[in-house]
Amino acid sequence: MFRQPDRLRDGYEVVIIGGGGHGLAAAYYLARDHGIRDIAVLEKGYLGGGNTARNTTIIRSNYLTPEGVRFYDASMKLWQELSTELDFNLFFSTRGHLTLAHSDADLRTARWRAEVNKHFGVRSEVVDAAFVKKLVPQIDIDCGGHTPIVGALYHAPGAIARHDAVAWGYARGADRLGAEIHQGVEVLGIDVRDGAVTGVRTSRGSIRTRKVLCAVAGSTPRILKMIGLASPLAIHPLQAMVTEPLKPWLDPIIVSSSLHAYVSQSARGELVMGASLDPYELHSTRSTLEFAEGLAVHMLNLFPFLADVKVNRQWAGMADMTPDFAPIMGITPCDGFFLDAGWGTYGFKATPICGKTMSHTVATGTNHPLITGFSLGRFARLELTGEKGAAAVGH
Amino acid sequence: MKLISCPLNGPRPLLEFVCGGELREMPDPDICSDAEWAAYLFKRDSRPGVKREWWCHIPSGYWFIAERDTAADVFLKTYDAAELRGAAP
Repeated sequence: MFRQPDRLRDGYEVVIIGGGGHGLAAAYYLARDHGIRDIAVLEKGYLGGGNTARNTTIIRSNYLTPEGVRFYDASMKLWQELSTELDFNLFFSTRGHLTLAHSDADLRTARWRAEVNKHFGVRSEVVDAAFVKKLVPQIDIDCGGHTPIVGALYHAPGAIARHDAVAWGYARGADRLGAEIHQGVEVLGIDVRDGAVTGVRTSRGSIRTRKVLCAVAGSTPRILKMIGLASPLAIHPLQAMVTEPLKPWLDPIIVSSSLHAYVSQSARGELVMGASLDPYELHSTRSTLEFAEGLAVHMLNLFPFLADVKVNRQWAGMADMTPDFAPIMGITPCDGFFLDAGWGTYGFKATPICGKTMSHTVATGTNHPLITGFSLGRFARLELTGEKGAAAVGH
Repeated sequence: MKLISCPLNGPRPLLEFVCGGELREMPDPDICSDAEWAAYLFKRDSRPGVKREWWCHIPSGYWFIAERDTAADVFLKTYDAAELRGAAP
């Protein structure tokens, strides 16, 4: 698939910390679009083994803020061509995406999102309960009488993809263009002189570089501490689980904010399910029984016939949450240190556009126009990019 | 389910509690600068470690202080907020 170099060189033009989808995509576009091929991607564990492997692979662009909708729409367009671009089958599958509404308040948010989306040319519309029932005949539209479905936000381009393949495809593409991918290399410190990056200390020795891109999700606070940067990030586990494989029956992706649950059926027939963040800060990928119980209850509200279906696996990732549910991207007060963080519970769908915009930012030293609303400095200016209504499952 | 030792109610299941966030000194909004206020709102040290946090037992509406290891998921100590002022609870 790609070379596995056995030693680090003394220096690189760009060092990318984090060998997940975001870091690898940035390496790929740095080499392809900006001619920068002297790159080391450093991964503490194994390639794509962090949140790239742990997310539930939903790809959509039906966000709430203009900044968000433009950004995720650009990502969606990259996704649609990505298997061809990388010459690697990502199992990208357009399914349609339903955000169920169980109340007037839900419908109001759905209408808001639909109108913002349409304004930016993204296909979203508010549909009624009959439309939902027609698309998903197996759904209990009354949810057992407790929280009847009254409509939904329907986003036709909603899709899923094979997450591991995304990391592998970008890794192979970056490798072929000359980037080095180093697994099992931990970053221990970052050297800064006169406010500018000069090098990175790793578990396999020190390297010189003037540009570092940090794309490490739940480990971001640890890296930021190395250069004395503060952030509003808080780390929470996000759990998920899958059932045993079933015959294909669920085409669209289903999300319910009121029930704090979402589900899609993967290419191999498993139901991939998730819910809200764990409710308190924790640096752990442990699983809990109360999560599985709570999610199962809500899944049975929607699909009572699943009562006898077994759960096969349960896991968690560490999500780096921001107060406004928008990411933190771009240049930082430390010269040569670039940040791609705050991806909380919504980073997978942004993988291609993060690679694209961060590679531009690293290569030119100025923020890409699509990410100016996501700067670290927005918090000090009290200019938040409020995306919670479209990014969070529970709100 | 994890049990939390509530200073008022004794050991109770985690689901009965909500975390109110890390204990922080609020600057006086009338005299502090915008930068100080923004730092109070948004500056966090989110590395793993032991933190002092506000927690609330929801059924009784009782707020208290917990010292918690955010890497090991262990509650080390819980006590009444009055102890912060050095007073007996």
